Amino acid sequence: MQLKLEPSPEKIKQDKIYQEMGISDEEFKRIEEILGRLPNYTETGLFSVMWSEHCSYKNSKPVLKKFPVSGDHVLQGPGEGAGIVDIGDNQAVVFKIESHNHPSAIEPYQGAATGVGGIIRDVFSMGARPIALLNSLRFGELQSARGKYLFEEVVAGIAGYGNCIGIPTVGGEIQFDPCYEGNPLVNAMCVGVIDHKDIKTGQAHGVGNTVMYVGAKTGRDGIHGATFASEELNEQSEEKRPAVQVGDPFMEKLLLEACLEVVQSDALVGIQDMGAAGLTSSSAEMASKAGSGIEMNLDLVPQRETGMNPYEMMLSESQERMLLVVQKGREHEIASLFEKYGLEAVAVGHVTDDKMLRLTHNGEVVAEVPADALAEDAPVYYKPSKVPTYYQEFQAMESEVPVVEDVSETLMNLLKQPTIASKEWVYDQYDYMVRTNTVVAPGSDAALVRIRGTEKALAMTTDCNSRYIYLDPETGGKIAVAEAARNVVCSGAEPLAITDCLNFGNPEKPEIFWQLEKAADGMSEACLTFNSPVISGNVSLYNETNGTAIYPTPVIGMVGLVRNMKDATTQEFKQAGDIIYLLGETSAEFGGSELQKLLSGEIFGKAPEIDLEKEKKYQDQVLSAIRTGIVASAHDVAEGGIGVALAESVIGANGLGAEVSLDGEAVTALFSESQSRFILSVKAEHQEEFERLTDAVQIGRVIEEPVLNVSVDGEQVIKLEVEKMKDAWKGAIPCLLS
Amino acid sequence: MYKVKVYVTLRESVLDPQGTAVKKSLDTMGYQAVEDVRIGKYMELTIEKTDRDVEEVVKEMCERLLSNPVIEDYRYEIEESVVL
Amino acid sequence: MKFAVIVFPGSNCDVDMYHAAKDELGEEAEYVWHDATSLEGFDAVLLPGGFSFGDYLRTGAIARFSPIMNEVVKAAQAGKPILGVCNGFQVLLEAGLLPGAMRRNESLKFICRPVNLAVKNNETMFTSLYNQDEVIQVPIAHGEGNYYCDAATLASLKENNQIVFTYEGTNPNGSIEDIAGIINKDGNVLGMMPHPERAVDSLLGGADGLKLFKSIVKQWRETYAVKA
Repeated sequence: MQLKLEPSPEKIKQDKIYQEMGISDEEFKRIEEILGRLPNYTETGLFSVMWSEHCSYKNSKPVLKKFPVSGDHVLQGPGEGAGIVDIGDNQAVVFKIESHNHPSAIEPYQGAATGVGGIIRDVFSMGARPIALLNSLRFGELQSARGKYLFEEVVAGIAGYGNCIGIPTVGGEIQFDPCYEGNPLVNAMCVGVIDHKDIKTGQAHGVGNTVMYVGAKTGRDGIHGATFASEELNEQSEEKRPAVQVGDPFMEKLLLEACLEVVQSDALVGIQDMGAAGLTSSSAEMASKAGSGIEMNLDLVPQRETGMNPYEMMLSESQERMLLVVQKGREHEIASLFEKYGLEAVAVGHVTDDKMLRLTHNGEVVAEVPADALAEDAPVYYKPSKVPTYYQEFQAMESEVPVVEDVSETLMNLLKQPTIASKEWVYDQYDYMVRTNTVVAPGSDAALVRIRGTEKALAMTTDCNSRYIYLDPETGGKIAVAEAARNVVCSGAEPLAITDCLNFGNPEKPEIFWQLEKAADGMSEACLTFNSPVISGNVSLYNETNGTAIYPTPVIGMVGLVRNMKDATTQEFKQAGDIIYLLGETSAEFGGSELQKLLSGEIFGKAPEIDLEKEKKYQDQVLSAIRTGIVASAHDVAEGGIGVALAESVIGANGLGAEVSLDGEAVTALFSESQSRFILSVKAEHQEEFERLTDAVQIGRVIEEPVLNVSVDGEQVIKLEVEKMKDAWKGAIPCLLS
Repeated sequence: MYKVKVYVTLRESVLDPQGTAVKKSLDTMGYQAVEDVRIGKYMELTIEKTDRDVEEVVKEMCERLLSNPVIEDYRYEIEESVVL
Repeated sequence: MKFAVIVFPGSNCDVDMYHAAKDELGEEAEYVWHDATSLEGFDAVLLPGGFSFGDYLRTGAIARFSPIMNEVVKAAQAGKPILGVCNGFQVLLEAGLLPGAMRRNESLKFICRPVNLAVKNNETMFTSLYNQDEVIQVPIAHGEGNYYCDAATLASLKENNQIVFTYEGTNPNGSIEDIAGIINKDGNVLGMMPHPERAVDSLLGGADGLKLFKSIVKQWRETYAVKA
């Protein structure tokens, strides 16, 4: 076995080897200052991953500060594995969303699978039982072979991991747009439930306590994954394939069950997932958060390959590993709990009081760095921001109503747009029922998962219309949060909090940074309106292919609480004779709409307006009506407008139809994407009460015959058989793939 | 030490959905000459020398665990290797 | 009546089985870890779905060698009801308690959806509360449920009325003769790909699977009453 010689500290500086690891000249100078000497190769590696955007948020921190992060019910805000919100009865909900975009672009199956695996570990490392998975995906328009391959493999990877580990994938959203062709987005969200007393954090308290390593052995996979996630994709990216890790959901299932037993033990002091930047981030962060230090002997780290050096061990992103801090003298108790699952818990070090991360290898100290310097003292950049010219041009445009010749045919075409079409092809592959708590399965506005042993359920959704955000980041940011809340409310829940995944382009471009700032402003304002603080999240920048950025895509993952399961509401019409209502006003707003995209192939103009106070008022009305038990169905009006919302409400209605009459101009009435609108249905006997509780106006009736008849200003513009719409809507994605 | 290579394939009478899919795909890629694709598993075992006949042991492992005789066939190659 | 829910490393429908037996059926149920060596005191055995041992090598192939399987075989020989669902069915096939084998779904994709089943034999201890040829809705969730057996085995399954459930309407996975569930010749070991334990509560979309569990209890009570 020949040892590879590492470059000396002097050579690292002289040849600027640090640049290959993503460290700038300025940052290297700072590292020299912190250490008071030159860093060696391993130390340079530690800084490079911990100071990457992925781990340090150095470019996005000023933006993240805008978000409201506290609230009466928030038990844990951003900074730990996942955020926690109280749901009463000494229980809490734990959730977080995270991106795995770049790995998925290179190796879609494993990239997506390990994304799911990582977010699950974030949740159970808090001590919570994961109860549901969601995702938010973006792809090109399924025209190219590569685009189809990415889509199919990402879905298979999510299914492969989630199904095997036995956590139901209950919801999500997918949008298709050419801007994601080379840089798909794969955001995975996990929701868990915990008893207050079981909450654990990743902190290394107690000098002399033992640091233990559990789970899969460390290999050379994924070295520099965090740095890779913080770069743009280009033709060379495929060559970086070895950086992508391989997931083992079976190992994680064992780790999950074992950790949930271990958190019950008072011998456990702290626990953290070895996610991005692996052993480095988990050890440095646990020490830094506790104000302590950690010393580890790398000879004791379980290794899958021979001859690994400290640099490789510390930077490996091998999956399914956890780092624990355990009371000294009680290591065997923890080890024996893991042993039941065939897992080895190995003591690799101990907690110190000198705030250093110190590593030894073959009896020598190979790295000695202040833990805070790695975890907390990463540089923060205030990037310049500039209003893009495209935005000014779009704002100056007059809003126009697109010309539509045949309204019925247009509705059929909209139903076939992949973003609108049924995602059955996708969720058919996800086990959305395992653990038998899924009350509302994928396909409705929000998924509902009951909390066994209570009357309660959790509503969960992911949302983000990035077209609106591209046209107007601030308004679009508001809409993203408002739409998530609308979905949660339509299912009978009150919003609790959000987690967000900020997928943007290269923040070094002032126009991109402007998008980020503005979107955050809009989101923050909406979070305050809906009393939904940001409790966790993730930032994914540099989503560009050969210099072209994706649309700004801050994905919102929202969780709401259904106080009583009897409030659970879905979008389908329930019974002939029920009255159909529209709540909210319609004006001619087509900027970024599905209709605009369908007809012109591009998007332009202004994003739909949103008045958050009005939105909140209507959401409150809908929720109070639902809670009186008189609402048969509730559906938010989103992409494709009222036409598509009505179609969706009849398609799932088991052979029923609808007779609707609207006012105004037909194209606007049916396809405008004005915000803050709901389609509801109510039994005739509840008409009076419903109209007292809401500002909704009657627009039609549910009928026996399975047809959708719509007239506008007295003229019939739509007469479509439900079966025909259903075939188009369900068949669109399979058809694009075949 | 023995280095043993075990090949497990679906029996010829059993439809192989993966093989069929791969054949179809090769076909559309222009490889029409491909008449059949069967997908199987390949395993490498390193086995210490014991008193028992290695071939007998390998056969036993194949029948008990490494293959399912209801749907799969197996074959193997045994090499004796010298550890340096 | 007391049910054992066997838990292999990687089982993930154990919770569902447990709650079906305990909450919906109101009977006793206990988890039994795969390395246990006794099933004493249990009246029936439930082998749950999931991915035992990651489904590595072949579905059920490694689980079949877990220590508890010796006890499952003994319980089967003693005539106790054994129900294997999904991965549990795959384990029963690998263990030779039921004939045949599983292949990957024809579509090569995992499929999760409610499907219609026809009850082809209602004279078993698992199906006595169903009507003959009754169509019930029970979800499937598997990537490898494409049942296969050779012609001789198939003939014998038919001859002995061992085909208990078939897919009605669309065959979701390509399984031979639309087979969804089979029973052993003695009539006490049932394996099926669909998940009756996921269909025991109308809140979650249907309760057609409950009668299967109730049939087991009914048969047990009748036997017990006769013996007592």
